[in-house]
Amino acid sequence: MKLTKAMMATTALTLAGTTAFAGGHMANDMTIVSWGGAYQASQDSAYLQPYLAANPDVRASWDESSPEAVAKLRAMNEAGNLTWDLVDVVAADGIRLCDEGLAMEIDHDALLAAAPDGTSATEDFGDLIVSDCFIPQIAYSTTNAYRTDVTAWNGAKPSEICALFDLETFPGTRTLQRSPLDNLEWALICDGVPFADVYDTLETTEGQDRAFAKLDTIKDSTIWWTSAAESIQSLADGEAVMGSSYNGRFFSAIVEQNQPLEMLWDAQVYDLDGWIIPTGLPEDRLARVLDFVFFATDTQRLADQSKFISYGPARASSAPLVSTHATLGIEMAPHMPTDPANSSNAFVQNFMWWADYRDDLDARFQAWLAQ
Amino acid sequence: MTSLPIYATTGQKIWHYTFRVIVGLILFFLIAPIIIIIPLSFNAESFFTFTPEMLALDPAGYSLRHYRDFFTNPDWIRPLQNSLIIAPFATVLSVSLGTLAAIGLSQSHVPYRRAIMAILISPMIVPLIISATGMFFFYSQMGLWMEDTLGFSRSFTGYVKVILAHAALGIPFVIITVTATLVGFDHSLTRAAANMGATPTQTFFKVQMPLILPGVVSGGLFAFITSFDEVVVVLFVGAAAQKTLPWQMFTGLREQISPTILAAATVLVAISIVLLATVEMLRRRSERLRGLSPN
Amino acid sequence: MAEQMMAADGRTLKSSLNRALRRQKLRALLLITPLLLFILITFVVPIGQMLFRSVENQIVGDTIPRTVEALADWDAATDPVPDEDVFRAFAADMMVAVEERVHTRLGSRLNYETAGISSQFRRSGRDVEDMGEDLTAQFTALDPAWADPATWVALMADPDWIADSATAQTEPAFVVADAARDALPRTADIYADFARVTQVANNDSPTEEQPWNVVYIALYQDLIANPAPQIAGAPDGLLGAAGAAAAGFVAPDIRAAFVDSDAGWGSTVTWQTIQTYSPAYTSSYFLNSIDLKQTPDGIEMAPENQQIYVKLFIRTLIMSLTIMVSCILLGYPVAWMLANLPSRQANLMLILVLLPFWTSLLVRTSAWKVLLQQQGVINDLLVWVGLVADESRLTMINNSTGTIIAMTHILLPFMILPLYSVMKTIPPSYLRAAKSLGATNWTAFWRVYFPQSVPGIGAGSILVFILSIGYYITPEIVGGTSGIFISNRIAYHISSSLNWGLAAALGTILLAVVLALYWAYDRIVGIDNVKLGG
Repeated sequence: MKLTKAMMATTALTLAGTTAFAGGHMANDMTIVSWGGAYQASQDSAYLQPYLAANPDVRASWDESSPEAVAKLRAMNEAGNLTWDLVDVVAADGIRLCDEGLAMEIDHDALLAAAPDGTSATEDFGDLIVSDCFIPQIAYSTTNAYRTDVTAWNGAKPSEICALFDLETFPGTRTLQRSPLDNLEWALICDGVPFADVYDTLETTEGQDRAFAKLDTIKDSTIWWTSAAESIQSLADGEAVMGSSYNGRFFSAIVEQNQPLEMLWDAQVYDLDGWIIPTGLPEDRLARVLDFVFFATDTQRLADQSKFISYGPARASSAPLVSTHATLGIEMAPHMPTDPANSSNAFVQNFMWWADYRDDLDARFQAWLAQ
Repeated sequence: MTSLPIYATTGQKIWHYTFRVIVGLILFFLIAPIIIIIPLSFNAESFFTFTPEMLALDPAGYSLRHYRDFFTNPDWIRPLQNSLIIAPFATVLSVSLGTLAAIGLSQSHVPYRRAIMAILISPMIVPLIISATGMFFFYSQMGLWMEDTLGFSRSFTGYVKVILAHAALGIPFVIITVTATLVGFDHSLTRAAANMGATPTQTFFKVQMPLILPGVVSGGLFAFITSFDEVVVVLFVGAAAQKTLPWQMFTGLREQISPTILAAATVLVAISIVLLATVEMLRRRSERLRGLSPN
Repeated sequence: MAEQMMAADGRTLKSSLNRALRRQKLRALLLITPLLLFILITFVVPIGQMLFRSVENQIVGDTIPRTVEALADWDAATDPVPDEDVFRAFAADMMVAVEERVHTRLGSRLNYETAGISSQFRRSGRDVEDMGEDLTAQFTALDPAWADPATWVALMADPDWIADSATAQTEPAFVVADAARDALPRTADIYADFARVTQVANNDSPTEEQPWNVVYIALYQDLIANPAPQIAGAPDGLLGAAGAAAAGFVAPDIRAAFVDSDAGWGSTVTWQTIQTYSPAYTSSYFLNSIDLKQTPDGIEMAPENQQIYVKLFIRTLIMSLTIMVSCILLGYPVAWMLANLPSRQANLMLILVLLPFWTSLLVRTSAWKVLLQQQGVINDLLVWVGLVADESRLTMINNSTGTIIAMTHILLPFMILPLYSVMKTIPPSYLRAAKSLGATNWTAFWRVYFPQSVPGIGAGSILVFILSIGYYITPEIVGGTSGIFISNRIAYHISSSLNWGLAAALGTILLAVVLALYWAYDRIVGIDNVKLGG
């Protein structure tokens, strides 16, 4: 069954075939939760519209509540009134929801399509399956960019992450996320800690002291952002000269809006975004969601999404299928965080470690900010 | 204050004009952000930035694209409609219940007055995010009951939930402003009216209401704005079908800063100026007709 | 004695007055009741339940009841790590919790207190299934019947249940026989859980599933305690043989298995955390919200570099007061002017005051960013005029100044309108009368006008102060590092960390502070007001 499934999924003709998959009766209404904006639009074009074309009976609606998903899912779960069928979350939230029993554990091999060459889903997604509940969709990265027109730099160009901490060569305001994530890692890396030792170091009080001491050096010249759009705005304004955001936002600012910015891919931190299915769906709704997820996470569909947005598909087998931007017509591969030229020195975040230490470090980070 | 008497001293004159300048500056402070928003909404680029082209007044730096986006994109039209449905209903509810309760509270012998007052203004005191989560539990149960037992449609239930939630949030404003007006209210007036044979309802509408009207109106305005500008509670209590304008702006600002938000704001300002000006003109007309004009 | 005064209807005046008073009270209550009910039902009760989470802690006792009981006697001073019994109880609890998928939830609860516990639960949750498999193998080697689900049902099930399930369409909920409870108490206890989980969570039947390894561990413990248990109707010789052989079995080392799965189980801190947080109600969230920590040695200060909440509470109060005072200073002149202009001009001015309301709070806040930032409009103007050098542009945003400016702007109408509506009720003739009696402008204003406008200041101040205490979106955007409020942390704990207990505790404290201030206000200012109003 699984093998035939995988083979069928490679051709677009079998869309209707997947309907047989759940066996039982499938609900026709589906509420999908995502982030809104360009990202949700890309999901709509790459996943939902083709699915609806093949299943004309289905009525699907988007709910742009992903930023509140964790809290709202918990409230729904406790109230016993689950109105969502599928939720798009970042990996850290996926782990949190799984830990809280709010997301359903799934068997990736049984429920997701295999790659066209028969590689199982688990292998195709590889390490990106960071939790038993998480169905990866895209890999994005939190990375940095700088303005290309800063006169005070006398023509110097940042080429590696530690330029962030180098106020002498690259004076000017930074803009970083108001969160311990990524920043503490970058601080340690620039304090001489090898990538592999970052989390072991950060687990000790001395290691944390080191990271905060390093951040202290740029604390007074940093604007802390909470939504990624703020960071792009500061850079576009010239209020900040260098700073972090998500690579897709930078892509849109640089390529689509022609802002004088350039990417600094060094030590980009990979993050993931994917689906979770809430715990406690009635059988017919669950059957519909599984049917949709099977379709929406196959190799071709994930590759299709990259036509609309510069995030890397989570399947290894999708990478060769990444083509050109749907409207601009440019090659998307060089803008992907996973492109070899960009990922030569990428840093992989340890989600499990953060799940344990996030609360403590967040308290410390906020206390540090407040000092 | 209205105009300077002819016998004013130099000091009084200086003070008179200084005072006007101060008030002018404060008013400027109030509308400064709006003055900034309007030109930025014609930005040809997708950022909240005055580009060099804009500063040079180069037509290429300006465009109507964000307005086109606002008026053609259902992502904006639908929330605008939702806001215009939800806010008035919530306001009517909080004003009517709130005014009655404020009048009740201002009577001289109300047992547990302080405790009742504290309960009634609690929606304003509890941090919004906690109210939002707590209300979610109540309204999801109520929604289920309305759908299953009463057989209402999901969309109708959704609006009722948001309207009730917003009404609760608006009530403290009505209570506080109306109570403040009632503090100065001379209760012998109602007694006099009662003495002369007016029913309580008559007394209320003919005597009390006109006098406390400024308080009721400002309380109602606050209630309206609370609903019209509220984003935290609607995110929890509402579903996508009840997405309001602030919700759309919130997602807009978070996802990708786009001057479409500014275009939306400008349109709202323009509409409100036209509306308020029309109301004012009608009022003056009716005053003139009734020969009440003070000037 | 003088005759009692009589009212027109022939009753005594006193009772007549009392009746009138009662009627008045009743009418007041009638006016208040609809709203009071509405607020109580839709707001106070649900929010009360939400805030009650600040003391709730049933999750520990509910998820690992056996462990909590076994740990009660454990003393970290004499014994750094609990003994095998505790670990066996824990294995049983974990097995049930894993099957019901609630163990990670407990892990994240305890992780609030001790970082790292969450992954211990996650990791060992995967391993607990295999713990004790050697013991199970010894039982089945002794008699293969031990691997047969039917053997277990015969031993454990209530005869009535067996009879019922033979006839019923769907299997009724499993019932453990009293005889089994008497003879094999531990085994019966965990087997009951096994049967329940098999039926409910896994939609299966205990008649078809071999029990978990932890059931065999319990059986082993029961047999060591009592080698010759008697259960009427048990398969012949099965129990007796097992009882005789048990003493010779290699005892399971569950402690080693857990420590092997995650070294954290060998540390005293882990078990102290579980022990400290086993009661059903806890003060720990409240302690955490004032930078204290409950430790086995009593209450201590949180690590200095994590102390944040007290500071934030104080900052929130000071900043809100500052915003309130700025609003009074800016609002009073405007309200005065509004109240004293002819209504035409006043209405035009009112439109200006209300205009900001029509632009979303988010937009206004963003606009302040455009105005105030270093490359912003105001700095550009100052540089252009030459008041400020290009290198030393003013920092007016991303700090507390930014928060105060933006919040004062947002809340100013909330001060102006109540002031205006109160000032409108003050007859201008009072001021003229004072002046004609010889008062200076200032005295006339301060002694005559101002006292009458105090209710407006009071109402406006309450609105502005309370609203600013609860705002978090504006400080988040323009507050930088020094302009963040306590509400920002509450929002973080509700929507990101899911630590609702702590959020509820912080919210309760904030609510208490505001109510206390409100009460104080009512005492100091409010009472006079009531007298003013007669």
